[in-house]
Amino acid sequence: MAKQIVKMTLNGQQVEQLVDSRTLLVHFLREQMNLTGAHIGCETSQCGACTVDIDGESVKACTHLAVQCDGSDVKTVEGLAENGVLHPVQEAFYEEHGLQCGYCTPGMLMRSYRFLQENPNPTEDEIRTGISGNLCRCTGYQNIIKAVQSAATKLQDKETASA
Amino acid sequence: MIPPSFEYHRPSTVEEAVGLLSSLGSEAKILAGGHSLLPMMKLRFAMPEHLVDINRISELSGVSVVGDDITIGAMTTENAVIADPILNEKVPLLPEAAKLIADPQVRNRGTIGGDIAHGDPANDHPALALACDAVMTVVGPAGARQIPASEFFLGTYWTALNDDDILTAITVKAFPDGAGYSYRKLKRKTGDWATAACAVVVALSGGKVSHIRITLTNLGPTAIRAHDAEAVLSGQAVTDELIKHAAEKAMAICDPAEDLRGDVEYKTAMAGQMVQRAIAEALSRAN
Repeated sequence: MAKQIVKMTLNGQQVEQLVDSRTLLVHFLREQMNLTGAHIGCETSQCGACTVDIDGESVKACTHLAVQCDGSDVKTVEGLAENGVLHPVQEAFYEEHGLQCGYCTPGMLMRSYRFLQENPNPTEDEIRTGISGNLCRCTGYQNIIKAVQSAATKLQDKETASA
Repeated sequence: MIPPSFEYHRPSTVEEAVGLLSSLGSEAKILAGGHSLLPMMKLRFAMPEHLVDINRISELSGVSVVGDDITIGAMTTENAVIADPILNEKVPLLPEAAKLIADPQVRNRGTIGGDIAHGDPANDHPALALACDAVMTVVGPAGARQIPASEFFLGTYWTALNDDDILTAITVKAFPDGAGYSYRKLKRKTGDWATAACAVVVALSGGKVSHIRITLTNLGPTAIRAHDAEAVLSGQAVTDELIKHAAEKAMAICDPAEDLRGDVEYKTAMAGQMVQRAIAEALSRAN
């Protein structure tokens, strides 16, 4: 009872799965698809550790049903790097040490990835507002801000280089 | 935390959705953005046997204008409200206030209609709807009907909606030229509900108040319109003294629930502050 076939594009791959309608997206990703990048933090849509991209928008996967993603394009942190090369956002977090314990990092990366497409050249204030749905319990925000600033520069340089 | 089992339905038209609600009865709930309903289901505060997901009904999203009437589809997300050029030009209170709701991710899912239909006095759109003299369009088995915001909010988690009704749109009037507005919300952190919040819309004519709305969030069992506070300012050239007096009148009708955000006395005192600041800001923007 209550199972549905769900088809979605997940990190660029077509997937078709039988899903219990009550399964939350974050549980579907972690337990059914073995993609454990999206973390379960608060489970109450406060912390943002489960942030993923659905159809070009940041969404908290703990408060979204997997069945709602039927026909959607879903991207998780596992889909950021391409051919073993880190995405500029990942590279920036690595270089600027934008993490301490790392628990919030997949959510921070996915939110930063989307935020920098919404606002490619943000001020520090805009970054703080843009990632206000993501909590770092180590309170390592300074380096996270630096990492997003650095990622913005990297992405703009890349843009200029390819233009 | 996993929600209890339910059957999932995804209608593609309002008629289909209303049909499902009528046949499934009170065991069905509408799934809009899901950011109030899914948390309640995880905690077993809500255990619907059927969820009717209205996210794919495209006619329920977006903003349109006919004359002075601006109609906002119930499934328009908070981020879409913030970005909408029509709302920013004609009813700027709504996008400005929506920025104070939840956080960027939640605003991608949370909808104006869900916020209103949930009937939670802590939600922000009910007081904003009262401040904008909004009219709700509701579709049920017998067809569509209009319900003014003033008759919509009946109690905590209790609205004028029947089990088989869908709130489809919210219609507000464009603000008169030169109208001032403000939404002041005291919250402990990003994503929190208001400890106390106040919306004000004001228009002046010859330096005197010709139109005023003062409404309150999370200060009673529903959003409240502070009629007595409005009466203090109506027709007057506003002074600091009158603003203080209006805030006292607003505080007199506050009946907040005590919780971790504070006790009744504190919340009522903060309501007074929010009312004063919102009136002052709205006046400073009016001309």
